[in-house]
Parts: sequence; structure tokens; C-alpha cells
Amino acid sequence: MTYDDPGQSRPTPTSTVGRHKATLLQLLDSHAGPGFEEAIADKVRAALGAYTEDIRTDVMGNVIGVVRGSGGDGAPKVLLSAHMDEIALVVSQIDDGGYLRVAQSGGFDPRTLVGQEVVVHGRETLLGIVGSQPPHLTTPAQRKQAPTLEELYIDLAMPEARVRERVRVGDRVTVARETLQLLNNRLSGKALDNRTSLAIVLECLEYLRQLRHEADVYAAASVQEEAGIRGAVTLGYGVQPDIAIAVDVTFADMPGQAPDVGFELGGGPVITFGPNIHPKVFQGLRDTAVANGIAFQIELSQGPTGTDAWQLQIAGMGMATGVVGIPIRYMHGSVETGSYDDIVACGRLLAHYIAGLSRTDVEALTCY
Amino acid sequence: MLLKRLTEAAGPSGFEDAVRDLLRAELDGAADCMYTDVLGTLYVEQNRDRSGPLVMLDAHMDEVGLMVVHVEDNGLLRFRTIGGIDPRVLVSKPVRIGRDGPFGVIGSKPLHLQDGEERKHPLSVDQLYIDIGARDKDDALRAVEPGDVAVFATQYGEIGENCAKAKSFDDRVGCAVLVETLRRRLPARLVGAFTVQEEIGLRGATVAGHRVAPDIAIALEGTVCADPVGAPGHTRGTVLGAGPALTVQDGQTLADQRFLEFMMRVARDQGIPFQLRQVKGGSNDFGAIHKTRAGVTGGGISVPVRYIHAPAQIISLEDYHNTIRLVAAVVEAIAEGGFAR
Repeated sequence: MTYDDPGQSRPTPTSTVGRHKATLLQLLDSHAGPGFEEAIADKVRAALGAYTEDIRTDVMGNVIGVVRGSGGDGAPKVLLSAHMDEIALVVSQIDDGGYLRVAQSGGFDPRTLVGQEVVVHGRETLLGIVGSQPPHLTTPAQRKQAPTLEELYIDLAMPEARVRERVRVGDRVTVARETLQLLNNRLSGKALDNRTSLAIVLECLEYLRQLRHEADVYAAASVQEEAGIRGAVTLGYGVQPDIAIAVDVTFADMPGQAPDVGFELGGGPVITFGPNIHPKVFQGLRDTAVANGIAFQIELSQGPTGTDAWQLQIAGMGMATGVVGIPIRYMHGSVETGSYDDIVACGRLLAHYIAGLSRTDVEALTCY
Repeated sequence: MLLKRLTEAAGPSGFEDAVRDLLRAELDGAADCMYTDVLGTLYVEQNRDRSGPLVMLDAHMDEVGLMVVHVEDNGLLRFRTIGGIDPRVLVSKPVRIGRDGPFGVIGSKPLHLQDGEERKHPLSVDQLYIDIGARDKDDALRAVEPGDVAVFATQYGEIGENCAKAKSFDDRVGCAVLVETLRRRLPARLVGAFTVQEEIGLRGATVAGHRVAPDIAIALEGTVCADPVGAPGHTRGTVLGAGPALTVQDGQTLADQRFLEFMMRVARDQGIPFQLRQVKGGSNDFGAIHKTRAGVTGGGISVPVRYIHAPAQIISLEDYHNTIRLVAAVVEAIAEGGFAR
């Protein structure tokens, strides 16, 4: 439900609702964690189909859509990698009474799971609720303890025998959450990490339709990032691009957060700088933002960026990497919150960066 | 669907308007007369001129919720709880502000930015806030103001085997049982009282008991059901699916043994399963009603609710239907003179 601002005092914001907001809402409704990306991969292939017929899927499950530029043979080859998996849980035991115990498949803060509705992907899809204690019966001492994942359980509201018919150890669990539309074109829900970046890639391809570009673009939705950046390893090897840009979310500002890891929601795309990023790619992205009047923010990274770029940089003979994305709040919770305005701006930034690339730029990447 | 409409309505203690409006519509045609008192409790009378004992059936309209108390410069909303909410269930949940107001979310610091020690401690209400997507304080104040109340944005749905999940089964399931009972138009002198402010101290019922001055009163509740894995048998309170729960002793009431025996007898005669509510913690409106005026006999009949006071609660629909059956059977037995003090 969109909140219509009754106040007339504020000027109407310029419409920045991109073409792919509806696509993003569909992607956010998918349940697909590390190693079980099929449900979302189908939707990604369908969305990429608007831009290319050349869509490939590798052994690991990475989906790659190739959009050719005008550069012919020897054209710059740019990979955009946005992982499509979301954090998940794995059933580790069916306990007495049919309650499920779970282990991590991606990093949940167990404190965000208490009382949470979840989807269990068994032989059929089942709704479950993570248990909580009634406040009427808890002692003050109990309330001071945060539950560990081992202590939590999922209630399927059915007898143990029925649970055992439908669920087995190893089945995956994801959070059940409808995406909410908040004020100011902001969205809140699960899996904004990293489906917002899939929307960025699609918005980029949309902008590129209106731009002349030499470079061939390999638009990829990668797998198993949340399990340890695994899909990017084979993706980088398979595509062997000149430039690989990981599109991934970063942290938005919130109270109590250090200033260098808290970016403004609605403040534009965040461009990362650091050893995981090729300096010329960083420079190119920044110059592009300035030249096109795109508000942007800079994240300073001192080592691993925690994105596909960490593996892409050292895949094959190595490649020049960049990292961009939007800031979101409450990352890895089930109410991750981001701005669609930032998504559109980030897509525009990438499109203009790609449109500006020439063969000379690629040759310069190895000249230090 | 009645349970869906009732549980999705917003009504924290003191702000029961949406629930009351809904109930008025649901009870259209089921009342001889309907009125409200100065606190906001809704009364529905049936067969006032009949002879026989006056029976008061009570269900509270209010639920636990949140109140916005301050808007930060950055547009985030500070809040306090209304009624008993364990702050541990608030983290990473969506809420809805006001009757039709904006959605908000209660987020928390990303795992990536926490140190190991932080994770061991639950987040307190002072560390949490509601994010409605506002850019800053002025932006937020166009949509909300301090004093606005919020409830969990949970949708009603079926789950598992003949169960349902929703927010506020405590006590919208009691409200639903009472609506269904009143719709049956039983041949009894009845007052249905949909009370206010139960969650902050049985306040509506205190006044309602005095006003109605019933011969017999029964509180219809959603009650604690802490039966999942690992819970010792004697601390479960109730067991899901085992039938309506009759109060023996809770935080405010020692059951009137004569009436408890009577209800058990009716249940057995009608072949309706029931259980005895085992724990002392918690209470219901009967705790206030039985002490009004010169004292009132009666008791409590409850539907077991797992994860009570949390965003997503579970009831057994079988328990729900058996509760409606039992309440009707008890009222009919009273009207037939079956309960003699």
C-alpha cells in the first residue's frame, strides 16, 4: 500500500520510478537461497529476454545475458554481476512434535528470527512460524537473553508424522515477507540484498538502449554469494571480461553506526574504493557520475568488499573490478529498506560508464 | 471471514475504535440493543425481558501494540509498548500506524557490523525505532505524530493442519466466539460486553461488570499456549488442539468451583473436548468482573494461542469451533436452569 502524502507544501518529487520497479517486486517475491536459485533464475531470464536472445546459464547456475555493443571484435567486454540468492536456513533436525531445528545458509542474526513467519521448502511449500515465549511466563532473567539459532525452532502447526511426510533434513527455509512500500519511493522487505541490484542491472540495460556503446555487456545474475561468493568464481572464469563490476548493496545510515559504513538512503549510488577495486574503474565511475550530474557516495574498503568482486578480481588471468550499489538499512533482516530512486540513479550511472568505454580504456587497465 | 476481519483490525488498549466499528457492523441484526459506555466498551443485549439469570459474556477488543512517542531529526520514530510485549519479538517486523496510516518497519543493525558480544543481548525498546521511510523529522511529521499507535502488520492466514495464524488472537478470537454466540440468538437473557483496556489491567471489564451486574459472567479469551518442543508438561498452560481451556487459577482469579464443575459437566454431556488451563501467569477480564458489586460467579473459557502477544500467533480452528460450541451449550444450560448455586 502506497502512502499518499496529504501535505501539499512539499514540491512533487520528479518521477524517478523506473521501468523495472514491478520487476523488482516480482523478484522480491521469489524464494531462492544459495544453491536453490531456480525460482528466481527463471524470472531473471524472462526479464533479460527483453534485451537479448543470448542468455546462458553455467554449471553453477549463473545466468548471463549478452547485450552486444557496436565495437565488433575486440570490443570492451564488461561484466555486471548481481547475485540473485538470498540468505536462507537449512533444516538440521525434525524435533519431537514436528518442530524444525535449523542451521545457517547465509548470515541471519537469530534475534531477527524470533516470531518470524518463514517458508519451508519441503516436498511441498509450507508456512511456518519461528517460536517465541509468551511474556506472561518468562522471567526477567530470560528476557535478558538473546536466543541462539540452536534454541530457535520452526512451528508448522501440524502433527510430527505429517511433518515427516513433507520435510526432511537439508530442506531450505526462507523468510516469508511481503514487500512494503514506504514513503519516498522506498521499499522494505526481504532479499533487497541483492535483488535491488538485479533491478539496477535491468535499469542499466534500459538506459543503454538509448545510448551508443561499443562495449559488449554481460549482464549476470550470480549464485551462492551468501554462502561464500562461490558463483562469481566460475562466472569470472567463464566470461573472462575486461572489466567486472559487482553490483551489490551496502549499509545505509542508522543510529549507532560508524560514519564510514553508513550511507544516505536516497543519496544516490555508492561507489566503492579500495584494493578490491581497480583504480581506473573507480575513477571512471566517479567521473561518469560527476559528468552526468548523478549524486553519488563513496565507500572506502580496506580489504574484502564482501561482494562478487572479491572473487572476480582473481578469476582466470585476473580482471579489473568495480563495486557499485545502493545503501539499504537493516541488512540481512527481513525488513531491509532501500530507495528505488537510488536504483534508477545507479542504473543510469552504469549505463553512462559503459557507454563511455573504448578499446583504449581497456588497454590502459594493465598500464601502471 | 470473521476471524480475518477481526484480527487484521487495529486496536491497542485505549484505541479500540476500529475494532468496535467492525463489531457493530458484524452484529447488525443480532442485538436487541447496542450501546457504549464512557470508557468505550460495546454492550449488546439480547432477551432483556426474559426470565432467568442474566448472563454476561465478555471479550476484550484491545490488543497489545505500540505508541509513537518521539520523532527523531532523521525521521525515525521512537516508540513504547502498550501492554505486555517482549521486545525480542519486535526486531525485524513490519507495523502499521493508525487505522490506515503508513507502514513502518522495526529494523536492527546488520550482523556484519556487530561484534560477537552484541548478538548475545536482546535489543531493548530504547534501541529500536520504527522506520516509515521519511527523509527527516518534518517529512515524518506529515505522516504521523507522537501519540499515534501502531500494531503488527500481520495478515490472517491458514497454516499447517486446521490452524490459523494472525496477530491479536488475544483477544479477537474471544471477540469472534462472542459474535458467533450472539448471532445464534440463544433463548437466554444475555449481555455481550466487548471491553476495552484489558491488556493494561482489566480496566474496561471492571466498569462493565458493575454496569451489567450479571448473575453469571464468562470471560472469553485467547490464552497462553506454551506447548512447543522442550516445554515441561506443567508449564505449558494449554495444549493446542486439545479443546477450550477452562480457568482453574490465574493471576487474578481462583475459579468458582461450582461453576467450573458445571462447565465441565456440560462439556462432557455434549461431548465437547476441553482442558484445564494449568498455569498461574496471565489473567482475563473475569478477574475484574468477579469482584464487582457484591461479587459475581462464573469463569473463563479460552482458546489456546501459541506465541501470544507476538506478531504471528497460532490457534487451532478446531479449538475455536469447539469453544463456540461449548459457550453456546453452557449458556443454554444456564437458561434451562442447569446451574444452581
